[in-house]
Amino acid sequence: MEPVPFVLIQGGRVVDPAHGRDETADILIENGIIRAVGRPEIPRGCRIIDADGLIVAPGLVDMHVHLREPGYEYKGTIASGTRAAAAGGVTSVAAMPNTKPVTDDPSVVGHVLEKARVGGIVNVYPVGAITKGLQGVELTEFGLMLEAGCVAFSDDGATVADTGVMRRALEYARAFGALLIQHAEDPSLVSGGCMNEGVTSSRLGLPGIPVESESIMVDRDIRLVELTGGRYHVAHLSTAGALEAVAGAQAKGLPVTCEVAPHHFSLTEEAVDGYDTYAKMAPPLRSEFDRNALLEGLARGTFSAIATDHAPHDEDSKKVEFCCAANGVIGLETLLPISLELVSGGVMTLSNCLALMTYKPARLLGIHRGELTPGFPADLVLFDLLESWQVDSNRMCGSARNTPFHGRKVRGRVKKTMVAGHIVFEDGQ
Amino acid sequence: MVRAMKSNIWNRKHLLSMRGIGQEEILSILDTAASFREVNHRDIKKVPTLRGKTIINLFYENSTRTRTSFELAGKRMSADVINMSVASSSVKKGETLIDTLATLQAMNPDVVVVRHSESGAQEFLARHLNAAIINAGDGRHAHPTQALLDILTIHDHLPIMGREDFRGLKVAICGDILHSRVARSNAQGLATMGAEVRFVGPPTLMPAKVEEAFNVKVFHRMDEGIEGVNVVMMLRLQQERMTKGYVPSVREYFHYWGLTRKRLALASETAIVMHPGPMNRGVEIASEVADDLERSVILEQVANGLAIRMAVLYRLCTPGSRS
Ligand SMILES: [Zn+2]
Repeated sequence: MEPVPFVLIQGGRVVDPAHGRDETADILIENGIIRAVGRPEIPRGCRIIDADGLIVAPGLVDMHVHLREPGYEYKGTIASGTRAAAAGGVTSVAAMPNTKPVTDDPSVVGHVLEKARVGGIVNVYPVGAITKGLQGVELTEFGLMLEAGCVAFSDDGATVADTGVMRRALEYARAFGALLIQHAEDPSLVSGGCMNEGVTSSRLGLPGIPVESESIMVDRDIRLVELTGGRYHVAHLSTAGALEAVAGAQAKGLPVTCEVAPHHFSLTEEAVDGYDTYAKMAPPLRSEFDRNALLEGLARGTFSAIATDHAPHDEDSKKVEFCCAANGVIGLETLLPISLELVSGGVMTLSNCLALMTYKPARLLGIHRGELTPGFPADLVLFDLLESWQVDSNRMCGSARNTPFHGRKVRGRVKKTMVAGHIVFEDGQ
Repeated sequence: MVRAMKSNIWNRKHLLSMRGIGQEEILSILDTAASFREVNHRDIKKVPTLRGKTIINLFYENSTRTRTSFELAGKRMSADVINMSVASSSVKKGETLIDTLATLQAMNPDVVVVRHSESGAQEFLARHLNAAIINAGDGRHAHPTQALLDILTIHDHLPIMGREDFRGLKVAICGDILHSRVARSNAQGLATMGAEVRFVGPPTLMPAKVEEAFNVKVFHRMDEGIEGVNVVMMLRLQQERMTKGYVPSVREYFHYWGLTRKRLALASETAIVMHPGPMNRGVEIASEVADDLERSVILEQVANGLAIRMAVLYRLCTPGSRS
């Protein structure tokens, strides 16, 4: 198709949480940039995309994604990961640094960005490691890595377990206002566990991981935030205890935020019954008690983001005994419909729900995405709020199949995804 | 007899755990086992029941006792029995299972008896193989034929205890519950039979939320736990539990949780002592108790193991018996 300077998204229900907008409106795009939202005049030669009956929202921002490249291309690539993102209406992803080599050096950041430019179809924002090689000992070059394009730092997959190292990291990060994202699991309490510790682990005879492995780490880190003033974010928070700690820190005005993964607020440890390795991830699926606490936290506004922790795996890593199986599930393609269950379930409004997948994570990461503000890139998702479909692990758009939602009937289907005005996904195409 | 009429209710393809197996199913297996017991006392200990059937014993963990029991059970019923021991030392964990699948499928066995160190390995095989799977022990999870043979053994002793059935029977399962598949399968099976099951052991060797998970009463002090019980079932304590910090020493463990004659006196007068073997004498059980034929039924357990395994193999191999 001939590139046209003007595109109009016409007649959709525009939901833009950043501006509290929820109304039928048109969006005018010029050269990939949002020009106007409302009832703009239609320029000559403008291409019109009919959005009647659809929700038009800012493209989703997922601040926790594993793209696996470089180093683990057999699990997933920047190309396959961003394809899955586009299919899920996600236009920006923060890419976790546990690759091979680890993103712990400006040159690796540059490599990821270059690969994303060439082979990616959505925006990729690298997250740098907090410590070299994720070893939890020596800090990485926060300043230089930020200049190279990092948006935050995390040793995700591993935990910065040493209290002294975490203190220095939070302290040093203040020089740059950098955000530190902690995968909060005390390794000595995890100690070989492979699912949540509780009734199900006892029945299945699987070594359990107590909820305190997370809450103790978050409690400790919050003390360090009080000490240092560093910006601290809890990745994939999964327990009532850690949530309470974060809410307490926020009440004190500390720079503490957290995200929740769709699998943690929609599934429980019972999904592991039958030793389903697609239901294995870290932190593990918790009890109904914790799940309900997460829903309350979502309703109360304690969370700043819904993030998938999208973690593609090859089948060989999952087709093994439960304890030997790799941790991680894919989530990009199910992010929107699973999150919309919060809306249909009365936990939160559509606008508040989308806020957690658009401008809120974008502002945490300091990226100019996730809102329909004139001058912003035209990253958009058009979706049918009510269309129902069934998740099928054999029909995912990315390369991996390890979804814990196989067979689940969901509502909400992405029809079109646009990045900077370009259509990167179209349903049925 | 009422029970004999119920012997056709077994319609499972696999025997993976005791979960969900009803009282009538258990009783029907006990019935079948009782009839096979007679075969084991004949001069010629062989019946043609499973002629032409192929049974593979797939053992990822060494267990001469269990493997031999299954092997003999199959052979006494004229099945072809093949032993496959999979040495796991040289191969990376996880690779062996998927690799073995193809080999097994090619041999087209009727039954595969599997022992594995990881919980859930048998469920994995059951999902991917055509054959019937018998779980001969997986990790900490389940060991259903052990539970069935223990139930049979207790059943034999009910008259001596002055009882007709399992209702209200007090069974104390003692020791390393956390790592024990025997404890889990017995708790489920015995509860199904109506017994009152107690788990007795140090808190570090007790699974999380165990009362809720298994409908048992938990006792941390041995003397309280075995008071008045009809059955004392001791579990093996592996030496490595000391180094991992679950218990500080053998000396202390035996002092507080070892079964001595003195301690056994707290149980019911007619109480029997069981152990799935192999025993660690002087760790969880004193020789004076283990060798006391008045109380110890450990050898009967071995004999009943053979009969139970014949019964289970027969049920899984013979479509008529599970239709
Ligand atoms: Zn993580």
